[in-house]
Amino acid sequence: MNSIIIKITNNTEDFKMKSLAELAAIREKMQSKVVIREGESGIRVVVGMATCGIAAGARPVLNAFVQGVADKGLSGKVTVTQTGCIGICQYEPVVEIYEDGKEKVTYVKLDAAKAAEIVEKHLVGGNVVDEYTIGSTK
Amino acid sequence: MKELSLHILDVAKNSVKAGAKNVEISVLTDKNGIMTLEIRDNGCGMSEETLRRVTDPFYTTRTTRKVGLGLPLLKLAAEQTGGGLSIESCTEKGKSGTVISATFDTKSIDCMPMGDIISTVTTLVSGSPEIDFVFKDVLQTECSEREVFLDTAEMRAVLGEGISLASVEVVAWLGEYLSEQYNNKNNE
Repeated sequence: MNSIIIKITNNTEDFKMKSLAELAAIREKMQSKVVIREGESGIRVVVGMATCGIAAGARPVLNAFVQGVADKGLSGKVTVTQTGCIGICQYEPVVEIYEDGKEKVTYVKLDAAKAAEIVEKHLVGGNVVDEYTIGSTK
Repeated sequence: MKELSLHILDVAKNSVKAGAKNVEISVLTDKNGIMTLEIRDNGCGMSEETLRRVTDPFYTTRTTRKVGLGLPLLKLAAEQTGGGLSIESCTEKGKSGTVISATFDTKSIDCMPMGDIISTVTTLVSGSPEIDFVFKDVLQTECSEREVFLDTAEMRAVLGEGISLASVEVVAWLGEYLSEQYNNKNNE
């Protein structure tokens, strides 16, 4: 019985060492890449993540933006961040997109599919998806 | 909320708002199916007055709205399974912090599923990369115990200060690291 327990412990330790080694490899790779620094222009995607947002489905929206930015190779140009209650709870999930020299765009009532569409059309293509903006709901 | 993992995300965000530098989330499910969820932080804590009112859905410290639903909803979710919620908090400088503890009977038909806990953890870590998160999920059965563990301080020790825990590659690694632990079959 004792030898089985020891084996499980060793496997866990091995797994952890291997995983942390993979993380170290990521560090090596990233240290040679250019990333957005403070003050540099880029696009900020801000996802509302208060109780209202979480209950309305903001977590998959956030995941879709993060995944989309990664898949399209935009991580040098776009940062995805989270914020608290914006004050328009009935419109959650809400995402605000900030870009230097352009007006803020507020997207409302999003889901993962709409988020993916916004990555494609707005972040990659540069065109605001009007039908998902707050202006279109009023 | 439809998943306990969304409640965890929501309540842990309170810890972030309270200025916590360390947040510990632990989930322990014993062999009788009783789950104890604990979220512990070293934020500014809550006064006695706030503690008394914090499960009132019409009480909030936010200014953008007039309701504070996070804790009342968590309390409801726990109580509808026959469990409950308890909160301890301290505002004394140097010792401040809050412990939220909720128990659930996972065998109850009214117990919502845990859901996507991995997304909750990656969302928390990437949303507040400067905070140290410790996450532990222990599942005990008659003949075994499965533990999933994460300490972001260990990640930071490998990455150094120059690489944010919010960067896309690190978040992807984190998701896989947790996923492999959940899928790991400790029954060799």
